[in-house]
Amino acid sequence: MMSTWDRSKGSFLAVIAAPALWIVLFFVVPLSVIWAYSFGRTLGLTEVAVTGTLANYARVFDPVYLMIFGKSLVFAGLTTAVCLLVGFPYALAMTFASDRGKILLLLGIMLPFWTNLLVRTYALMAVMRTEGYINDVFGLVGLGPFEMLHTNFAVIVGLVYVHLPFIVLPLYSTLDRMDRSLIEASLDLGAGHITTMLKVVIPIAKPGILSAIMLTFIPALGSYLTPDLLGGPDSQMIASVIERQFKRANDWPFGAALSFMLMYLTLLAMGLRALYERRQSGARTAGEA
Amino acid sequence: MSGKNPIGPLDYARRWPLRLWVGAVILFLYVPLASLVAFSFNDSRRTIRWEGFTLDWYGTLANDDALIAAFTNSLTIAFLSMIVSVVLGALTAIALWRFRFPGKGLFDGAVTLPIVVPEICMGVGMLVFFGQIMPWPRDLVWPFDLGAIVIAHITFSFPFVAVVVRARLASFNREMEEAARDLGASELRALWDVLVPHVRPALISGALLAFTLSLDDFVITFFTSGPNTVTFPVKIYSMVRFSVTPEVNAASTVLMGITIALTAIGMKLQGSAMTQSH
Repeated sequence: MMSTWDRSKGSFLAVIAAPALWIVLFFVVPLSVIWAYSFGRTLGLTEVAVTGTLANYARVFDPVYLMIFGKSLVFAGLTTAVCLLVGFPYALAMTFASDRGKILLLLGIMLPFWTNLLVRTYALMAVMRTEGYINDVFGLVGLGPFEMLHTNFAVIVGLVYVHLPFIVLPLYSTLDRMDRSLIEASLDLGAGHITTMLKVVIPIAKPGILSAIMLTFIPALGSYLTPDLLGGPDSQMIASVIERQFKRANDWPFGAALSFMLMYLTLLAMGLRALYERRQSGARTAGEA
Repeated sequence: MSGKNPIGPLDYARRWPLRLWVGAVILFLYVPLASLVAFSFNDSRRTIRWEGFTLDWYGTLANDDALIAAFTNSLTIAFLSMIVSVVLGALTAIALWRFRFPGKGLFDGAVTLPIVVPEICMGVGMLVFFGQIMPWPRDLVWPFDLGAIVIAHITFSFPFVAVVVRARLASFNREMEEAARDLGASELRALWDVLVPHVRPALISGALLAFTLSLDDFVITFFTSGPNTVTFPVKIYSMVRFSVTPEVNAASTVLMGITIALTAIGMKLQGSAMTQSH
């Protein structure tokens, strides 16, 4: 199937040269520079001396920034939890729908996903602002108006709005592969629907659910636009702080250290997921043998 | 299963609690977008109440030179990025599919990383790279002044194209290529005449994906664009920060329409290619 590269050196080099060069020059080099800067000190406006200092990383553990990291983790975690609660029944309905229903439900969740992130966030701004439609509805029954836009609540709503497809699609692909006779057996043996969900469906779908959680959590953690547009001064996430270091505060080394902390968190989450999947497939092959 | 049958035990999609739930999710997803589109046709500066149908905001849009320039920039960047991304993505996929070579895992990891790296990290990487390492001249004539943005977009787009093409290559029958070689075609000739037609659907949907990714990107562009190289999303961002106006609604509607149309075409092409191969 595959050939070893030195048996057809010419075609191998012709195929790999361009992408390899590109990824090194425009991806590995920029990220390496950021990594190097994270051990540096600011000299001038945009001048950085890489001195090998760990001061920037030490500053990350300053309570102010630790709080922001904590807040980002909480925001991403809360977003993932709400997405899971909202998305699981949707994925369940999709799994057991007719063929046409499946396509409609899939399109239903994908259409907003294809829409520009900025447009979606802007749409939420219009709905949630003090003169927005939600407050109009509250106004009809004599309540409000409530300040919703530029609050932490708005950020969570926005993050859920944006990340819902990230959780529904992997959940659906897991549930769809499940052996339905197990659910039937559980129902036949007298368990109710809720009990069947909790005791049969969720344990079986657990690996897929964990994978869906990761796929939502990782992008939510690095969100920039949603907290920036929907949040207030106290709803900043890591990405906003990084942006400030690079664009306004002009402290590139510290911004670089923050970027790499975010990167490490992302890679850690992915590594855990890969590890878990390997353990799962290992257990499965052992079970089959 | 017709709607008249009694609801079976597993017909979760037809049970009312789930129907209600799905309905609520759909409302949550679509009310903001639908109202955004609706109010782009509203005959009022204040966007809250419906005052009657108008196309004025689209007219304002068409006369806004800065916005038109940003839109032209976006389409140009997306087009250039698409062309290069398809080539690089296809080459990446072929290299990984075809050859065993030292450092393969490393290469595979390096071309997958742009998909998972947080956008903000890549954004600041590009900012520093084009600021310090390879400064992109600011006073080039259009469209060369867009070079930095195009390069950034290619970097995050071509790995996606590679994923799409790789999935398609998995179904390629190597004997076809061997037959071509036996009949006297050179290796590259066989690649071009046999392999490329097989992956064409993936190339087309990969191209549309790259185009849409580029058109949609805000964060990475935000860090790469200068005052003279504003793209459509960056322009909308500055308008949004300023205020909620019907003109922004109209601009958003246009962008939304383009993205959805392109993605739908891509899905359809991919879908028909799937049915053909089965």
